[in-house]
Amino acid sequence: MFSVTTLPPSSTLSFADDIPSSHRKHPAELDAMDVDDGGFEDEYGGAGPSKRTVVTPGEVITSSKEYMRGHGTYVEEVNVVSSVTGTIERVNKLISVKPLRSRYNPEVGDLVIGRINEVGPQRWRVDANGRQDAVLMLSSVNLPGGVQRRKIESDALKMREFLAEGNLLVAEVQSLLGDGVMSLHTRSLKYGKLRNGFLLTVPPQLIRRLKSHFHHIPAPCGPTGVDIILGLNGFVWVSSGTSQERREGGEGFDAEGVYSDKNDDITPEGRQAVSLIANLIKLLAREGVPLTETLINEAYSWAAKNVPGDGPLSDRDGERMLLEVVGLDIHHRA
Amino acid sequence: MSSSRLEILNDGGLRHDARRPYELRSTSFLLSTHTASSSSSSSSSSGLTPPDGSSTVTQGLTSVQVTVFGPREPKQRSQAAHDRATVVVEVGVVPWAAGGGGGAKRTRGDKRLQEIGAAIRQTFEPVIMTHLYPRSEIAINVQVLAADGGILPTSINATTLALIDAGISMLDYVTSISIGLHLLQPLLDLSQPEELDLPMLVVASLPSSGKITLAQMETRLHVDRFEEMLSLGTDEKSGR
Repeated sequence: MFSVTTLPPSSTLSFADDIPSSHRKHPAELDAMDVDDGGFEDEYGGAGPSKRTVVTPGEVITSSKEYMRGHGTYVEEVNVVSSVTGTIERVNKLISVKPLRSRYNPEVGDLVIGRINEVGPQRWRVDANGRQDAVLMLSSVNLPGGVQRRKIESDALKMREFLAEGNLLVAEVQSLLGDGVMSLHTRSLKYGKLRNGFLLTVPPQLIRRLKSHFHHIPAPCGPTGVDIILGLNGFVWVSSGTSQERREGGEGFDAEGVYSDKNDDITPEGRQAVSLIANLIKLLAREGVPLTETLINEAYSWAAKNVPGDGPLSDRDGERMLLEVVGLDIHHRA
Repeated sequence: MSSSRLEILNDGGLRHDARRPYELRSTSFLLSTHTASSSSSSSSSSGLTPPDGSSTVTQGLTSVQVTVFGPREPKQRSQAAHDRATVVVEVGVVPWAAGGGGGAKRTRGDKRLQEIGAAIRQTFEPVIMTHLYPRSEIAINVQVLAADGGILPTSINATTLALIDAGISMLDYVTSISIGLHLLQPLLDLSQPEELDLPMLVVASLPSSGKITLAQMETRLHVDRFEEMLSLGTDEKSGR
């Protein structure tokens, strides 16, 4: 039963045809497998591993004879066992468990927001909510003014002028070093130091990989609109808006000012818009709603229509927003 | 002191708080008591980052709150191990936690608390899959909010839940319980007055495999009784 169900139908010449499957396995092993297999077929109709989607540590998921173990699992004797609490994910024969909550797990190309922890020799160490501090090499940043050249010793001496301890920046994961440390780069005009706004921390699981992580909510929301950067590491930057050209290095882009520490003058209306957007994001994150551009836009247009005045969002308004925009009823939840 | 006055088991076979010998105290488990979105968003700038996992466990009148940070960059780089995560445990008792050590005031550096911390660390080091998180640190912060016996088993149960909440890979749950012996009768889940009077064993084990990660006893006990208590402890917990 085992060999028949796992072999692809095209492999007619495989030796499963001429040698009975029982000859290739120790009888005791085969018995154990038959029991496993039978169990699955009876209980779950043979559709692969456990249909339960959430498992907890120590819970047996399936047999390691048939499936390979992925992240969040380990093999004990003949079983693939979960090592975290989360949802089972299966890709062909690879079983992994994705934890419900965990630290950020970096991948090359991810957009992250981080805070400088330390200025070291030729590098910055950046706290990006990972398992270890990320490194940002001096050679992977843009110089002010956008000059393209090799970094020399005088640049190394000016490192703290570019980015000092506590500064926030947006960067991309360039590579993962041997023990999982992420190496960042800011070699694009979209990346670099952050100012004119504030940082929100949300669980990293709530941020999906999107085509763009830079969002702009246009002008009725504050005099210049509001910019949002959704870092995949769970850090979200909400700031007073800038125009499209200035953001992408076009007309009016201040190449010398990319490492500026000074906030622009932001009008009270601009500040209110920034904090309204931040409050909406916080509310969505608190209820575990995955954040996307459209969702934030909808939440904003709901708030613009339904919340009179410009005070903070009341609890009741927040609940109504969740119900009407997301369809989430936090009162009548089981 | 109280030993002469306290009746451990009365004629009806009930303990001083009207429990039967194998009866546990009422328990409650709370998960994710501190989350990123529940605390202030700008707290990271002040170094007060929200914990990655948290739980509060109450067993009878004992209440323990555990927060787990990590895996994160080690606070002292010298502590980092190149091939695995280091586990750091800190135990504190709030000043109003009655009974903890007969009302004696405990500070962070207290020998007794350091011992509890070391026991928790030794319990979890083999269970956490530390090789998955090289050069990082997993910090476990235990706060005893109310003490009425069984601080160590309650802390271990709470730490298990907090680690799961933090999404840290573990082989299994770790469950723990205290077992006392009155004459020939083993008692489960001792309260503070019982703890002072009886020889006590604390067992922590993995429920699915029955493996024991901690067996701690500070008093003397007859070797014949020990085995009975140990197996009772592991059985009782896996049935939970």
